[in-house]
Amino acid sequence: MPGGSSLYKSGTGMWMWVAHRTTGVAVFFFLLIHVTDTALVRVSPEAYNQVIGLYKNPFMGLVESGLVAAIIFHALNGLRIISVDVWEWANRHQNRLAWAVWILWIIAMAGFLPRHLGHVFGGE
Amino acid sequence: MRTAATKDASTKDAATKDAATKVAATGEVATFEVILKIRRNNPEASGEHEAGAGYWQEFRVKVHSTERILDALHTIKWEQDGSLTFRRSCAHGVCGSDAMRINGRNRLACKALIKDLHPSRPITIEPIQGLPVLKDLIVDMEPFFASYREIMPFLMPSGDAPKRERLQSPEQRARFEDTTKCILCAACTTSCPVFWTDGQYFGPAAIVNAHRFIFDSRDDAAWERLEILNDRDGVWKCRTTFNCTDACPRGIQVTEAISQVKRALATHRV
Ligand code: SF4
Ligand code: FES
Repeated sequence: MPGGSSLYKSGTGMWMWVAHRTTGVAVFFFLLIHVTDTALVRVSPEAYNQVIGLYKNPFMGLVESGLVAAIIFHALNGLRIISVDVWEWANRHQNRLAWAVWILWIIAMAGFLPRHLGHVFGGE
Repeated sequence: MRTAATKDASTKDAATKDAATKVAATGEVATFEVILKIRRNNPEASGEHEAGAGYWQEFRVKVHSTERILDALHTIKWEQDGSLTFRRSCAHGVCGSDAMRINGRNRLACKALIKDLHPSRPITIEPIQGLPVLKDLIVDMEPFFASYREIMPFLMPSGDAPKRERLQSPEQRARFEDTTKCILCAACTTSCPVFWTDGQYFGPAAIVNAHRFIFDSRDDAAWERLEILNDRDGVWKCRTTFNCTDACPRGIQVTEAISQVKRALATHRV
């Protein structure tokens, strides 16, 4: 803030929007990569196998966790945004719905992470 | 007439002075010192600052715990630095002149009590964002009013004017009651991150005022306004961040009004 203007201090709504954008862009880039690597199978199956092989390391395993986290958040918050626009009650209680999104997100991640990381670090 | 008024004023003055001493005597209104950190901007170059360059300046002010940011700004302007520039008219939350960003949130200076703003730390005051700054806390409101005019904020009934008043049931009135309260302060529009990055967006205030007529049973131009808001820069740009609802000094459910307009467009029903 020293030079420019201050950061706007808004409530949950704006930060949910920022998170929605960020996860949206992240998922978009994943899809881009995913479409490219899947398309590779038509070009050269060997190259495809090689690329998919690259994914099988702990680092990519963590990236995958992040990806799933982003997708789940984006999906849940997407439902919140839709309900805010179509349902008066949801509009008045968007704050509470934001908390519901995070709680459901934690539950989903708690189900997914142990299994996934078990795969990544424990081998098949 | 004139003398009577002055007399009246002076007796009133005496009365308030009396009241003030009384209160001071019982020690009910506490005074304390606050630091106001104000974002300044002078369109003319001075010795220290280039023309139009923003900078922060701190002022120390003694205030009563009953006073508002506007009172502190007055104290600064009248006693410390006459060049400090801001808009205000009614000083009571009616005219919508003095929306500014106070401690990072859009508020009316005349409705923001200093004691509620963590006065132990410096309070930051900036012009509202997204409209061109003219000087200090004054922004050019013209783009804001241009959007407002575009949605045709006046009653457009069809047919001949009736001989008597246009009747409306309480239920019909209730549909747009909330949006009649707007004072066009621009706190909502300039709290919107979509508007900050795209000044073409109509913004919450224009949509609120369109809502006021779209859902008015006496008006017959709802679809003309809805057509305007169906534009690329219209209602679909809203990302429901709720900054506007939080900023509105009249407590209007701004985001809800915008959603109602979206729904009218989506369902083709008003
Ligand atoms: S809707 Fe509220 S914040 Fe927006 S211009 Fe009207 S009074 Fe100001
Ligand atoms: S001065 Fe009129 S609303 Fe604040």
